[in-house]
Amino acid sequence: MEWLQQLINGISLGSIYALIALGYTMVYGIIKLINFAHGEVFMIGAFIGFYSIAGWGFGFIPALLLSMTVCAIIGVIIERVAYKRLRTATRIAALITAIGVSLLIQNGVIYMRGAQPEAYPEVLANKSYNLFGAQISSQAILILSVALVLMIILQFIVHKSKIGKAMRAVSYDSEAAKLMGINVDTTISATFAIGSALAGAAGVIFGIYYTKIDPLMGVIPGLKAFVAAVLGGIGIIPGAMVGGLVLGVVETFVSALGFSLWRDAAAFVILILILIFKPSGIFGKNTREKV
Amino acid sequence: MKKSKQFWAFIGTSIAAYVIIQILINAGMLNVFYSNTLIFMAINIMLAVSLHLVIGITGQFSLGHAGFLAVGAYISAIVTMKLQLPFPVAILAAGVVATIAGLIIGIPSLRLRGDYLAIATLGFAEIIRIVFLNIEYVGGAAGMQVTHLTNWTYTFICLFLTILVIVNFTNSRHGRACISIRENEIAADAMGINTTYYKVLAFAIGAFFAGTAGALYAHNFYIIQPANFGFLKSIDILIYVVLGGLGSLSGAIVATVLLTIVSTFLQNYPETRMIIYSLVLIIVMLYRPKGLMGTMEITDYFKLWRGSKGGSKNGQ
Repeated sequence: MEWLQQLINGISLGSIYALIALGYTMVYGIIKLINFAHGEVFMIGAFIGFYSIAGWGFGFIPALLLSMTVCAIIGVIIERVAYKRLRTATRIAALITAIGVSLLIQNGVIYMRGAQPEAYPEVLANKSYNLFGAQISSQAILILSVALVLMIILQFIVHKSKIGKAMRAVSYDSEAAKLMGINVDTTISATFAIGSALAGAAGVIFGIYYTKIDPLMGVIPGLKAFVAAVLGGIGIIPGAMVGGLVLGVVETFVSALGFSLWRDAAAFVILILILIFKPSGIFGKNTREKV
Repeated sequence: MKKSKQFWAFIGTSIAAYVIIQILINAGMLNVFYSNTLIFMAINIMLAVSLHLVIGITGQFSLGHAGFLAVGAYISAIVTMKLQLPFPVAILAAGVVATIAGLIIGIPSLRLRGDYLAIATLGFAEIIRIVFLNIEYVGGAAGMQVTHLTNWTYTFICLFLTILVIVNFTNSRHGRACISIRENEIAADAMGINTTYYKVLAFAIGAFFAGTAGALYAHNFYIIQPANFGFLKSIDILIYVVLGGLGSLSGAIVATVLLTIVSTFLQNYPETRMIIYSLVLIIVMLYRPKGLMGTMEITDYFKLWRGSKGGSKNGQ
C-alpha cells in the first residue's frame, strides 16, 4: 500500500499548490499578468498565521481567517500601487514590475525580521488513521478539508454571485464589460482580494504541514503553482485545481522513487513539455492570435 | 565613411582604456579591491550586453541567462581543472557549449511568446542548476574548486570582442531583422523574415557570450556552486538591461557600471541592496516602461546636443 500512501501525500501537497494556483489563474484570466508576487503573498500568509498562533494564541480557524483577510488587503494594495498603471503597458513591463514587487516583499520581510526560519506551532494533535494500510495524519485531513471547502466557496462565488459574474465578464472582454456598466477596477480588485486570500490560506496550511517557514519560502511553491496553473490551462479555475493535484502527485512519486533531489526539476520539465506540446493546458482551447 | 570613423574611434578608445588600466595595475596604483571590482564590472557588462541582444534587440523576454552563465562556468572549470587544458581553451569551450545549450533551449521555447517564453527560460535555467547540483563529478551542492586565472587582459579581450560582435551584429542586416521582430513579430513574419531563425540566432549569440562571461566568472573566484546561478542571478542581469533601456546598448553598459559600483558598496547589506534594486525596477517600469534610455544610445544624445546648438552638419 506504499503507492496509496504516496498518493495521499501527493494530494495533500497538490491541494496546497492548487490553492495558490487558483490565485494565479484568476489574475491571469482577468488582466493577463503573471503575478510573480503571488508566492510572496503566500509567504506573508504563512507568517501571519505563525504570529497569530504562536504570538497571540489564536486557534486554527481564527488564524486562518485573519491571514486570509490580511492577504486579501495586501493583494489589493499591490494591485492598486504597482499594477494599475500598467494595464495598457507592454507585457514585459508588467512582468518586470511583478518581479520587482516580489523581490521587494521578500527583502522587506527579511529586513524587518531577519532571514531565520521559524518552527510552526502545532495547532492540533497529530493523530494518524489507518486507511487500507496507508497512514493518514489528521493534518492531511485538515489540509484536504480546508482546501476543499475553500474551493467550493470559490466555485460558488464565481458562478453564483454578482461579483463572480462581473469577473467572468471582465475576463471575457473587459471593454465590452465596461460598456455594460461593470466597474472593471472594482472587479479586478476583487479578483486580487480573492486570489490573495486563497494564497494566505495556503500559507497557513503549508506552515502546519511542513512545520517550517522562512521569508524565501514563497519562491519555489509560487513557481510550481504557476506551473500547475499552466498545466491545467491558465485562466481556467477547475484547470488550476486539477493542475495542482497532478503536480503534487507527480512530485511526490518522483521523490518516492528515490529522485528527491530532482523533484524541483520535475515541475519544470512538466512545464516545458506542456508549453511545447499543448500551450493552452489540459483544459484549454486553442485561440487564434489576433493581428 | 562615418560608420568606419566611429568604429576606429571605438577601437582606439578601448585600447587606450586597456593600456591605462594595465599600467595602473602594474604600477600598483589600483589595489586588488579596485581591480577586482573592475573585472567584475566587465563580466557584468558582458552578461548585460549579451542579454541586451536577446531582450533589447530581438524583444524575446528571457529569464534564464544565469543558466548559460552556469554552463560556461562549469564547462570552463572542467576544462581547466579536470582536463588541465589552458585557460583560453576553457573560455572558448565555455562559449561553444553555452551556444549548444542556447540552441537546445531556444529551438523549442522560442515558439512561445511573451511571458510564456519568460517562464520557459526560467524553467530551463532552474533545470540546468538542478542538473549541476546532482552531478557528483562537479561537486554537487558543495561546489567545485577553481584556480584563479581571470586577469584584466583576458577580461578586457573578451569584453572587447563581445561589444564589437554585438554592435556589428545589431547594425547588420541580421540585426535589423531582429529589431523588426521586436517591433512587431507578426508583421516581420509577413514581410518574409524568418522569425524563428533570427530569434534562435540572437539567442545562441547571447548564450555564447554569457558562456564566455561564465568562464571568466568561475575563474575569478576560488569555488563555484550551483547556488550562485539561481533565479536571482538572472534577475540581477535583467535589472542592468531594464534600467539602461530595453534596446540601448550604451544604456545597458552605463546601468551595469552604476549598479556594480552601488552593489560593491552595499556588499555587506544584501537586503538593502535588493530592496533598492526592486524599488528601482518598479519605479522605472511604472514611469518609464522602456527603461531609462529607451532605445537611445549615448551617441544619439551628443547628436541631439550638437543639433540643437548649431544645426546638423550634414544638413539633414
